Amino acid sequence: MSNATLAPAAPRIRLFQSPALRRFLRHRLAVIGTITILTMVLLVVIGPWLMPFEPTSTNIRNRFLPPFDSTHLLGTDPLGRDTLTRLLHAGRISLAVGFAVMILSMAIGIFVGTVAGFYGGALGAALMRFVDAMLCFPPIFLLLAISALINPSVISIIILISAASWMEIARVVEAQVRSLKERDYTVAAEALGARDRRIILREILPNAVAPIVVAATLNVANAILAESYISFLGFGVQPPTPSWGNMLQDAQGYLRSAPWLAIIPGIAITLAVTSFNFIGDGLRDALDPRMENR
Amino acid sequence: MTRFLIGRLGQSLLLLWIVSVVGFAILHLAPGGPMSQFAESGNMTQADMDRMAEQLGLNRPLPVQYAQWLTNIVAGDWGVSYRDQQPVLRIIFSHLGATFELMLTSTVIAIFIGVWVGVLGAVWRYSLFDSVATIFAMVALSIPTFWFGLVVIWYFSIELGWLPAGSRMTPGDGSFANRFHHLIGPALVLALVSTAIWSRYMRSSMLDVINQDYIRTARSKGISEWRILTRHALRNALLPMITILGLQLPNLLSGALVTETVFSWPGMGRLFLDSINYRDYPTVMGILMFTAILVLIGNLIADILYGLADPRIGGRAR
Repeated sequence: MSNATLAPAAPRIRLFQSPALRRFLRHRLAVIGTITILTMVLLVVIGPWLMPFEPTSTNIRNRFLPPFDSTHLLGTDPLGRDTLTRLLHAGRISLAVGFAVMILSMAIGIFVGTVAGFYGGALGAALMRFVDAMLCFPPIFLLLAISALINPSVISIIILISAASWMEIARVVEAQVRSLKERDYTVAAEALGARDRRIILREILPNAVAPIVVAATLNVANAILAESYISFLGFGVQPPTPSWGNMLQDAQGYLRSAPWLAIIPGIAITLAVTSFNFIGDGLRDALDPRMENR
Repeated sequence: MTRFLIGRLGQSLLLLWIVSVVGFAILHLAPGGPMSQFAESGNMTQADMDRMAEQLGLNRPLPVQYAQWLTNIVAGDWGVSYRDQQPVLRIIFSHLGATFELMLTSTVIAIFIGVWVGVLGAVWRYSLFDSVATIFAMVALSIPTFWFGLVVIWYFSIELGWLPAGSRMTPGDGSFANRFHHLIGPALVLALVSTAIWSRYMRSSMLDVINQDYIRTARSKGISEWRILTRHALRNALLPMITILGLQLPNLLSGALVTETVFSWPGMGRLFLDSINYRDYPTVMGILMFTAILVLIGNLIADILYGLADPRIGGRAR
């Protein structure tokens, strides 16, 4: 790789000419993923306004209607609520949880990783051993153990999942910061008397953006999966607020009579998570040219 | 080598201690702490609560409590379940077999399929096979395991009637055939994600090896492609996979928990969830600590095996 493109003094490349964007757009799966996510976001934002049903309006006469059979396009659930309406409302919650967890766990992970990587020493070692210890707990066990202790709400679920998923990011950031700290331009900034805050925010973090962005994308995917599972078990988002996970909560009991209740929300989750994973893969290739041939 | 072993062991012990601090902290982070169970039952006065806290030593300063808790854990006293008054450690061990059976079977499936898909993906890079395998792996990694379990139960148990819908065996029938029949569904569901992971890592490890000089040398000597693949490339590409085995243990345990809950498989994951529903605090904490220790040991063993298999690691200290 030529160093010229990385040097901080190089003129800023406009976004639409950037080779990274071109590489990303060449990654077909990543483009499909991006389009899918944008469509999903658009649907869950606008969709509920267009639906003639309310997500909580029950109708005893129209219980268990199968999909594609009536005015209820995706059928109805055991309480006669419209599945499509609920799916759209649930999508708002599930996608919002995914993004919120990503932002919060990024914040924690970047903070811990930067402090540990930049200052190193005993503090850095202590922080990273703490990260190692947290990673010893299998993620779902950790999530469920804490979720059993707190009163579930959308906010507490976001905090909970973030608390269980910031460690990978901290590791990535720490490794980046530790190596970037030794680069000539960082040392130069230090020699010029720049303060730590400036060195971190202006010299180090901007150059560590690539792996952080990739980790953030994969983090959204994992957060959506985690939310769906703990909500499925009843410890997550609480009814009547629908989420993709808690729509599956009772579905197991109706597998024989109404299997679509189990299948439809799962497809939504899979679609969202797959798309984020595709985007993450595309970003990895786009932002790190060395990995392009993998 | 000895120094390498001692170093690894020391690191693991340090980590184990931090794990215990984190575990203890989670226990006391709970609103109300370990007493919350009794506070919620509602038929105890504050005086009763105080006396109970006194008896359980919960009114002492936290560091003292931690020291006591740690001593007990090291001595093998992991507390007593609120549910049936059994020692926690004994309950865990009685559920361990089912979990291991599931994890081992699915790992064998995952390694067998994953390694071959990965190798062929690397050999035929950018072919149709490689593209399809890549997309399949990405989708497999994205499917929620619990949902996949539901779909498998719906299709193979309800629609086709091929597989039982759950549990480890038919009551009153513990024959091998019967157990095997029950194992197929959950093992395949759990294997899905691991297969995807193994195929991805195997592919990239194989790509690293294929471009090495000794492969070119072997080829120039006129050795058949198949022999190069199996004798020269595969062996070296498999080496880093030892580490993956250790690194994937937390995810495998998580996946086992999810699979067990959907298939009512009587393992540690199912026990964990039941204990949470009963607010059986000592058992929940016990399992949490136990799995963390399991992961730690897994990583240690993977590290040591890798050190033994690859003389470049730790060789300097020999």
